Amino acid sequence: MARKLNLRIWRGDATDGGLKDVQVDVNEGEVVLDVIHRVQATQMGDLAVRWNCKAGKCGSCSMEINGKPRLACMTQVASFEEGETITVTPLRAFPVIKDLVTDVSFNYKKAMEIPAFAPPADLKPGEARMEQVDVERSQEFRKCIECFLCQDVCHVVRDHEENKKSFAGPRFFIRIAELDMHPLDILKNRKRTAQEEHGLGMCNITKCCTEVCPEHIKITDNAIIPMKERVVDIKYDPARMFAGLLKREKRS
Amino acid sequence: MTTEKIALERYKYDVLVIGAGGAGLRAAVEARESGLRVAIICKSLFGKAHTVMAEGGAAASMGNANSNDNWMVHFRDTMRGGKFLNHFRMAELHAKESPDRIWELEMWGALFDRTKEGKISQRNFGGHEYPRLAHVGDRTGLELIRTMQQKIVALQQADKRDHGDYESHIKVFAELTITEILKENGKIAGAYGYWRESGSEVLFEAPAVIIATGGVGKTFKITSNSWEGTGDGHALALKAGANLVDMEFLQFHPTGMVWPPSVRGILVTESVRGEGGILTNNKGERFMFKYIPDVFKDKYADNEVEADRWYVDQDNNRRPPELLPRDEVARAINTEVKAGRGTEHGGVFLDVSKRIPADVIKKRLPSMWHQFYELAGVDITKEAMEVGPTCHYVMGGVEVEPDTAAAVGVPGLFAAGEVAGGMHGSNRLGGNSLSDLLVFGRRAGMGAAAYVKQNSTASVSDATVSAAAARIEAPFARTGGENSYSLHAELQEVTHNLVGIIRTGSELKEAIEKIADIRKRSANVAVSGGRKFNPGFHLAFDLDNMLLVAESTAKSAISREESRGGHTRDDFPGMDSGWRQSNHIASFDGNQVNVRKQALPFMPKELFDLFEVDELKKYMTPEEIAKGGSN
Ligand SMILES: Cc1cc2nc3c(=O)[nH]c(=O)nc-3n(C[C@H](O)[C@H](O)[C@H](O)COP(=O)(O)OP(=O)(O)OC[C@H]3O[C@@H](n4cnc5c(N)ncnc54)[C@H](O)[C@@H]3O)c2cc1C
Ligand code: SF4
Ligand code: SF4
Ligand code: FES
Repeated sequence: MARKLNLRIWRGDATDGGLKDVQVDVNEGEVVLDVIHRVQATQMGDLAVRWNCKAGKCGSCSMEINGKPRLACMTQVASFEEGETITVTPLRAFPVIKDLVTDVSFNYKKAMEIPAFAPPADLKPGEARMEQVDVERSQEFRKCIECFLCQDVCHVVRDHEENKKSFAGPRFFIRIAELDMHPLDILKNRKRTAQEEHGLGMCNITKCCTEVCPEHIKITDNAIIPMKERVVDIKYDPARMFAGLLKREKRS
Repeated sequence: MTTEKIALERYKYDVLVIGAGGAGLRAAVEARESGLRVAIICKSLFGKAHTVMAEGGAAASMGNANSNDNWMVHFRDTMRGGKFLNHFRMAELHAKESPDRIWELEMWGALFDRTKEGKISQRNFGGHEYPRLAHVGDRTGLELIRTMQQKIVALQQADKRDHGDYESHIKVFAELTITEILKENGKIAGAYGYWRESGSEVLFEAPAVIIATGGVGKTFKITSNSWEGTGDGHALALKAGANLVDMEFLQFHPTGMVWPPSVRGILVTESVRGEGGILTNNKGERFMFKYIPDVFKDKYADNEVEADRWYVDQDNNRRPPELLPRDEVARAINTEVKAGRGTEHGGVFLDVSKRIPADVIKKRLPSMWHQFYELAGVDITKEAMEVGPTCHYVMGGVEVEPDTAAAVGVPGLFAAGEVAGGMHGSNRLGGNSLSDLLVFGRRAGMGAAAYVKQNSTASVSDATVSAAAARIEAPFARTGGENSYSLHAELQEVTHNLVGIIRTGSELKEAIEKIADIRKRSANVAVSGGRKFNPGFHLAFDLDNMLLVAESTAKSAISREESRGGHTRDDFPGMDSGWRQSNHIASFDGNQVNVRKQALPFMPKELFDLFEVDELKKYMTPEEIAKGGSN
C-alpha cells in the first residue's frame, strides 16, 4: 500500500535556511502531518513542527503547503496529484524560529490589547437570560481555534512588517465583533476603537482570510463588513448616542 | 552534537501552575485573585491544551432542563459510575459546586447554548439521570479554554492598569517543559525545565506548585489524547514524593476511529449513539443485546423494537443497549472483534445512515460528519463508520486532600484536573471531567494561596539546580544510544497488548518485565541534533514519564484481583465487594514504583443515606452496610 512521496521541507532558522528534498513512505489516508512525523522519526530526528490534537481542533499545526496557509493535520496527502512534490514551509507572516515553527507572539500581544468582556456590574451569576438566536452570532466567532492562518494570509501584514504595529488582524476583528455582538457586553465604542486603534480601516475586504479559515467562519461578511458599515453609521448618525442604550435593552 | 552553554534563566513566583488546560487556568485565576503572583507553564502554545478537544459538555446539576436535578442526584450518579470507589468527599464537592463554576464562566464571557427560557441548555449523557451537560455545540472544551484564557488576559489588563505591566502578576510561559519539581528540606521550592524553542534551561523558585498536566493517553498505542498526554505530572509528582492512587483504572472509550491508520484512536463522540447510531458486527448483527449485564437488565431494552421506540418515547421504554456505560460497550466491541466478527480493519460498524435523514445528521453531528469525510473519506450520511475502543482518560492520579487539592505527603504541592486521582473512582462519567477541572482547579488555587500565606518564600540551592541541569544535559552527551521514537513505539505495543482493556495476571507480569527492560534501555537514550526545538530531545523526557506511568498502571493492575470500571481481569471477571474497600497507592523509591493497598475513606452517614440500601448491597459487604455510614 505504501507509496513514496516527494516532500520538500523548509529547514533552517532565523539566520539561514532553505528547502530540503526527502523521499518518504506514505500510506492510505494519511495527512501531511503524518508524513512529516515519519520524516522526523526516520530521517530528521530534530525536524521542528508544532502540533497538538491532530484532529483540527487546536490550531497548532499551521504551515504553508504548496504556498497555501493550511492545517497540516487536516490536509490529506491524497488531495494532491500522485507524483506531485508537496512543499511545506513555515507561515510567512511570522518570524521563523526553526524549520516549520514560527514565532506567533504577535497574536498574543494583539489579544492583550483588545478590551476584555464587560458585563453589567449588577448581573449575578446564574441570572443571565439570552436567546439562542442572540448568542449564535457571537458563537460563530468563538469557534475560532486560533490557528492564525487568517493572520498569515492577510496582505496587510504578510509582507509589511511595518503595518503590524497598528493592525490587529482578522482574528482580532472577529474577537471585537464577538464582544460587540455579545448580549451581555456593555462596553461602548468597540466598533470605533476597532477602526481607530486596531486597524480595521486598513482592511480592504479582499476576503482572503475567510477563504483560509478552517472553521469556515465568515470573517469578512459577518464581522468585518458589518462593523465597517456600523462605524460609518455611528460616525455620521446623529442618533448614535442611543446605540449604547439599545445594547442594554437587549438583556431584559 | 554538543551542549551549547547558555546562562540559566531564573524567576521567582508565589505559585507555579504547571499546565494550561482547564484545571491549570482555573487554578491560576483563583491564585491571582487571592493576590498571588502566578506563573502558568505549558508545553503547547497558550490556549491549545488538550482540553480544547472536549466535545460533549460539562456536567452540572443546574436543573435547567429538568428541575428535579440537584447536587444529590449528581453525586449519586457519579458514585455509581465510579462503582463506589470514588473519594466520597471529592464527588460531593464536585456535585455541589459545579453549577456555580459554570455560571461563573458565563460572567467571564462564555456563551453556552440556550434553552427556550434563555437559560443554559443541558444535554443527556451516559450515566447521568437527567440532562445535565452544559455545552456549546460539540466544542465545549474550546469554549472553556478560550473563556479562561480571556479571563486571564482581563486580569493582565487590570495589572497593566494598576502596576504598569501586563505581566507583572501573571505570566504565561508557553512551550516550556518542566522536567523536575524541586524541594528543599522536604518542602516545595520550585521547578526546573527547558524552553522547547531554544532548549535553554529555566529555574523557577516558588513555595507552591500546582500540577495540572492532564492525562496519560500517549502511553498507549491507540488513544484519543493529544501528544501532551504523556503523564508528566503523574511522574513529576511521584518523583517529588507524592502518591498516585488507583492507577489501574483507565477509561477506554468504546468508539474511536480505526481506519485509516493515521487517525486510529480519534474520538467518535458518544452523541452519535445518543442520536440513534447502532453497533453491528460483520454479520450485520446488532450485537449489544447480548451484552446487557444483569444489574442493568431493568434499564436496557433486550429487543430491537423496544430499543427503537425509546428514541421517541423515553418514559415507556427501556434504553437501547448501545447506551450502556462506556466500559460495557468497549468490552463488548473488544469481544466481537476477538471472536472474528469485526470489520476488515479490526473494529465494528457504527451506523446512523440508515436511521436518520442526511440533513439531520449534518445538523446534529456536524463535526463528526466533517471528521469522517475529511479524514477517512467516509460520508456518514451514506455509509457506516468503523469504530473500536481507544484509550481516553485516566481515573488514577495524584492522591490529594479533597478540600484543598494538596498532594498528600508533600507540603506545597497541589494537583487538579485529570492528573489528580480519587474523584471518579473506577470509571468517569462523560461530562464529569470538565466540571472537575473547574471545581478542583479553583480549590487548588485557594489551597495554594492559603499555603503561601504561611510559607511565603522559597529558594533553591545550587546543588539542587546542578542536579536538575545534569539530567537535561545527559542525553546530549551520549552517542550511539537508543532512539527515543522506537522505545516509545515499543512501550505502546506493550501497554496495548498486555495492559489494555482486558487483562490477565500472566500478561501483566510480562508487561512489568518488559516495561522494566525498556526503562533500563531508556537510561541510554541519545539525542541527535542541537537543543533548538528538537522533538527527539523532547520525547526523551516524555518517555521517561510514560514509563513510570506504565509501571504504576501495570503494578496496580496485577494487584487488583477483580474487575471494576476501567479495570477488567479475564482471570477475575467479577466485582468483589472486598476489593471495594481498598485503594491502590503507588509510590516511587528512586528506583522503582511500589504499590500498596490503603483503606478507602468511608462515606459519612448523610451521604450514605442518599442511597437505597438495596442498591448499596450490590457494591458493599454486609458489614459495611450494617455500619451504615459511620466509620
Ligand atoms: C477527544 C476528547 C473529548 C473529551 N470530551 C469530554 C467531554 O465532553 N466532557 C468532559 O467532561 N471531558 C471530556 N474529555 C476529557 C477532558 O477533556 C480531559 O480530561 C481534560 O480536558 C483534562 O484537562 P486538564 O486541565 O486536566 O489537562 P489538559 O487540558 O490535558 O492540559 C494539560 C496541560 O499541562 C501541560 N503540561 C503537561 N506536561 C507538562 C510539563 N511537563 N511541563 C509543562 N506543562 C506541561 C500541557 O501543556 C497542558 O497545558 C474529553 C477528552 C478527549 C480526549
Ligand atoms: S479581508 Fe481584510 S482582514 Fe481579511 S485578509 Fe483581506 S485585508 Fe486582511
Ligand atoms: S478566524 Fe479562522 S483562520 Fe483565523 S485564527 Fe480563527 S480559526 Fe484560524
Ligand atoms: S494539530 Fe491541532 S489543529 Fe492540527
